[in-house]
Amino acid sequence: MKVPEQRVSAEAFEELAMPLFDQLYNFARWLTQDTAEAEDLVQETYVKALRGFSSFQLGTNFRAWMYRILRNSFLSSRTGLRTMVVLDGENDDAVLPAQHTTPESLMLEQADRDTVQQALADLPVPFREILLLCEVEEMSYQEIAETLSIPMGTVMSRLSRARRALRELLAKKRKGAPHGL
Amino acid sequence: MACEQWRGQLDLYADGELKSEQAQAVREHLRGCSDCAADALERVQLKRSVQMAGKRYVPSAKLRQRISKSVAAKPRRESGWLWKILVLPALSLVILSLAVNLYVSHESARRQRVYSELADLHVATLASATPVDVLSTDRHTVKPWFQGKIPFTFNLPELQGSEFTLLGGRVTYLAQTPGAHLIYQLRKHEISVFIFQDRGEETASLPSGPLHTQSFNVENWTQNGLRYFVLGDVGPEDIHALSKLLRDAG
Repeated sequence: MKVPEQRVSAEAFEELAMPLFDQLYNFARWLTQDTAEAEDLVQETYVKALRGFSSFQLGTNFRAWMYRILRNSFLSSRTGLRTMVVLDGENDDAVLPAQHTTPESLMLEQADRDTVQQALADLPVPFREILLLCEVEEMSYQEIAETLSIPMGTVMSRLSRARRALRELLAKKRKGAPHGL
Repeated sequence: MACEQWRGQLDLYADGELKSEQAQAVREHLRGCSDCAADALERVQLKRSVQMAGKRYVPSAKLRQRISKSVAAKPRRESGWLWKILVLPALSLVILSLAVNLYVSHESARRQRVYSELADLHVATLASATPVDVLSTDRHTVKPWFQGKIPFTFNLPELQGSEFTLLGGRVTYLAQTPGAHLIYQLRKHEISVFIFQDRGEETASLPSGPLHTQSFNVENWTQNGLRYFVLGDVGPEDIHALSKLLRDAG
């Protein structure tokens, strides 16, 4: 979403920001795991974004900017401080070797929505958020890098680690499921 | 195993991050390698399940309402807030003292009345949540906006190379006469420019030139049948600079 190079007004902000409302809420709710906190977070995001709109770099990615504000607000919140763990090996920019196909991962097809939702909720926040940005928001690596303020190489390695973690969780859940799902 | 190098690309391939020729190469490999094809399929399936599972929460209508209201009703510029908060009480005091002045000097009474009315307009406008009705820095947008709203037309100066910024404008009234109220910004100070037809009794015989009241500086003059007022809390030289720009344009 590129913004034309012109002076923007409050109306322009409204036009750009309101279409993102549903997605931002979904993302906030996933981050906070709580309805009231998610609502506060979205509200805070819009207030901050409106206030900082004049400093928004025209011609740059507005969506990534909004998500970055939301995420930074989350990080400075109590829940955010508690849940955001530092990831090891973050500086390892190489894409991790892909997993070999295992019988478990082939069964992903059958993984029902609830199981995946549960697994996503169980993931550490850095993994959960990058998966949501990539799959749900369908952001490019570049956009993810802008949103999370991390280099492209880190985007790739973190995504790769997040997917592996999700696969492991899903495999565990399926193994533990009463009917051998 | 030769497939290792392909597998490293499968996430990028599934995410659509490969350049077209690289993606083409991966596609060709997948056609001939069932292991990698199964791996790629699994990655795409994982992506899809996360996508489906991830779209989970829907915001309440109440939150949407609250946020669109806060987005729409917020003042457009925050930069001047501190200034406004600090200066507003002072300005009201000054306006009060202007009112007292009315009793002191009959000669200056009429002039002060005009100025205090303009000061009221200036302060009330800046305190409003929507200070301007046409929000634009472009004089070519602001000027035509007034067409049909006020019974005269005027020219606005080119501000390039000056420190002033045009914030926008609104229709205003002084002594039942419609006029243009433009708001300019200089280093976070707002300056009001009022333009009226110079035939209202209130404004007709006002002496032109700069004037300093306790709170802000005013300059006014007549040009082509129009009476201009420039009013703000910046120094007289800044008021004069903006006045000169307007005079040269008019």
